[in-house]
Amino acid sequence: MNASVTSAPQLAPAPVALWKKLLDSRFTPPVFITLILLVGNLQFGILESYQKTLLAIGVSIAGEMILARIFLGKWPHPSSAYITGISVGILLRSPAYWTYALCAAISITSKYALRFNGRHIWNPSNFGICAMLFLASDAVAGLSIQWGNNFAALIAIWVLGSLILWRARRFHITAVYVVSFIALSLLRARITGDPWQSEISPITGPMYQLFIFFMITDPKTTVRSRAGQCIVAFAVALVEFFMRLDSSIYAPLYALCWVGPAALFIEMWLNARHKRAAAPPAIANPAAARS
Amino acid sequence: MKRISAARVVLMIVFAGMLATPAIMRRFASGRAPSASAHSDCQSALARYGFCFEEVSKQAGIDFVHEAPVLDPKLKGIMPEVASMGASVSIVDYNRDGWPDIYVTNSGVGSQNHLYRNNHDGTFTDVAAQLGIADVNRPGTGVSMGAVWGDYDNDGYEDLYLIKWGKPELFHNDAGKGFTRVTEDSGLPPWINANTAVWLDYDNDGKLDLFVGGYYPENVNLWRLASTRMMPESFEYARNGGRKYLFHNLGNGRFEEVSVKAGIGSRRWALASAAADLSGTGYPDLFVANDYGVSELYLNDHGHFHEAGAETGVGFAPKSGMNASFGDIFNQGKFSIYVSNISEEGVLIQGNNLWVPQEGNGLHYQNMARDLGVELGGWSFGAQFGDFNNDGNLDLFLENGYISASRTRSYWYDFSKVAGGNSSIISDASHWPAFDGRSLSGYQQKKVWINDGAGKFEDVAQAVGVTDRHDGRAVALADLWNTGALDAVVANQAGPLLIYKDVVAPGTDWIEFDLEGTRSNHSAIGAQVTLFWNGQKQVQAVSGGNGFASEDDRRLHFGLGKNSQIEKAVIRWPSGALQTMADLTPKHLYHVKEPQ
Repeated sequence: MNASVTSAPQLAPAPVALWKKLLDSRFTPPVFITLILLVGNLQFGILESYQKTLLAIGVSIAGEMILARIFLGKWPHPSSAYITGISVGILLRSPAYWTYALCAAISITSKYALRFNGRHIWNPSNFGICAMLFLASDAVAGLSIQWGNNFAALIAIWVLGSLILWRARRFHITAVYVVSFIALSLLRARITGDPWQSEISPITGPMYQLFIFFMITDPKTTVRSRAGQCIVAFAVALVEFFMRLDSSIYAPLYALCWVGPAALFIEMWLNARHKRAAAPPAIANPAAARS
Repeated sequence: MKRISAARVVLMIVFAGMLATPAIMRRFASGRAPSASAHSDCQSALARYGFCFEEVSKQAGIDFVHEAPVLDPKLKGIMPEVASMGASVSIVDYNRDGWPDIYVTNSGVGSQNHLYRNNHDGTFTDVAAQLGIADVNRPGTGVSMGAVWGDYDNDGYEDLYLIKWGKPELFHNDAGKGFTRVTEDSGLPPWINANTAVWLDYDNDGKLDLFVGGYYPENVNLWRLASTRMMPESFEYARNGGRKYLFHNLGNGRFEEVSVKAGIGSRRWALASAAADLSGTGYPDLFVANDYGVSELYLNDHGHFHEAGAETGVGFAPKSGMNASFGDIFNQGKFSIYVSNISEEGVLIQGNNLWVPQEGNGLHYQNMARDLGVELGGWSFGAQFGDFNNDGNLDLFLENGYISASRTRSYWYDFSKVAGGNSSIISDASHWPAFDGRSLSGYQQKKVWINDGAGKFEDVAQAVGVTDRHDGRAVALADLWNTGALDAVVANQAGPLLIYKDVVAPGTDWIEFDLEGTRSNHSAIGAQVTLFWNGQKQVQAVSGGNGFASEDDRRLHFGLGKNSQIEKAVIRWPSGALQTMADLTPKHLYHVKEPQ
């Protein structure tokens, strides 16, 4: 879950520069997710404790600083690691402290350990949380319960999140996923015979609010083209559809964990093929070419 | 370049180590708890832990099997969930013969409740029908969910309040020879869907009052639903449950409902409650464990309550409270509070709460369940503190298991997808997928955590003989056979009543107190005994209902360990009178009457 990165303004009068800096899109997602966390916790007590979330954030930022310095030779902007840490703090549920630290550490380390062609291929927190759910199911669970009942708060999060994504030009990803999810939910209800409301229900919960606004829209781990992004969003919903038919509780997280890297590999392969096709034909006989 | 490559190798090794950490932690944890899955015989348990339990219900002549309620057909798909409670057990010496008797509820329409009279020879005889408190689940009146006993008219015999989804009932005990139904004249409302009630003298006027905590709203008839929108509006923030009642005893057989006047006005989904003087004011405070939300702690300021859950720390993080029991686990003269919740591997890990009072100004609690090792039970219900091996430290007995049906198919996926949804979805039963024979946290092991006295509890349930996998609900403790050992009676939902007879290794001491109020209520509910021995002290209180759908024996049981030297016992009666007893001898039951 990295913030989308656009160029920051260069020179401007001080107050304007400050505002522009605050509106720097690298800060927008961290501010938004922090607001969700604070409002949720102050109003509903959504966190078991602040300490666990702070631990995840701390480990995440510290890990990012160390690893970026070693492997990239620079000090990174902390917003990406901050979002990873806070996402772990919200999405992971465990009575133990070590699980938060470990999940944050796995998430950040995966950015540097699991790379292909210079890109990390998994959304860090998605990978970390899936790894913990798979490897430490006796100690952790995902966020699968509701935050309050306030429809107004839910709508406010959706509107604000949509505006931020619109500004970051990534709203189409969320829109395609949501429409696909709903359509496939209705299809699933037809297949299973369960009430359609129960199939729609998950998307009204908090895990999806984080998933659709932060996780599937991560610029670093999504494909580049707009059409490709839409296809990937649909593919995530489709894989989730089948996993839900198999009663997978964390289907969206696992679906993204499979589809995201696969999409990136396909994109890299296609790009390489295009490059090869666009390159001038190899010269078999240099002498002839010179003549 | 070489440096980066070497660093990358190190990184991959570290990364692999991180991924392996959960397995290492698991191995480490299982190495520390070898007894959790190890069955053993009583002799080795006696040698190792100082006690064992023998399940003796059949030898005792008890073959009771609880019958679950069957509600409105509109709930058919999720009947296992909505009809998942009703098994309860309470201990009472109804005939004052000095031997504890057992009352258990049944929950099928037309089913019979049972009162097992103690025959003093290891067996029991059901006398409920003969005494008039068996046929209490008649069509149209709802069904039993629990029972609490208290001598509301101070005539010396314990009376019965029957907790129901339906018409609440009050039975007067006629000198142990029969019961008279006095509901109509008592001032009780016509219908309450409750799972918890507790007798307490909240204003210390010498007459027992009654708190009743509603679960489903009182305008819902679960057998004739007007609407399927009767489920909680949220899994953790629901406030659309039943109302709370505080019935003030007027002293003439009548009660006046005073909850709002006394400061209790909640519509959370109460499942368990218990009362004791937690704040040291001399008045009983009230703790309510709520399903689908935070717990509530009503501090009693001379007869007026104020809810202090958030300010004391117990009412902040919402969970699924299903138990409320008090125990002085550190032998400090202070009560900790145990609240059970839900933990299911990989799905939902709320963890149970052990609220331990902190030093400093004001009353503040910290959840130390994880630190002490009593956090993870399962889908937990009733729990009780008691010293099972008489070593002087309070142990903990916990019931687990929600719905045991198919052994291979689970409802957890469907449960989680609805439970996380918006209120408009979760609150309507018609939106929930059908169970279709699936289990939900079924066939779970129970926990018997023994307290090492140094801040750690160890689960020895399997080793000491608590090996059943029924859907445990209520557990009540009593020295059933006056042997100086604390037996456990377990009520299972749609399952058998189990009696775990406690066999304690020789060499440890104990002492018991049977209190009788004079200026205070006759049942002595609310009285506290602080025992000083071997340089330590432990406080216990007489309870009018605690745990989940249960009530322990009135008599207070203290384990003393070996070579005990008792200094004194200080009794603080609800009237405020302090009584100090010296020259106490271990291995004795003391009958103590409040000084006039």
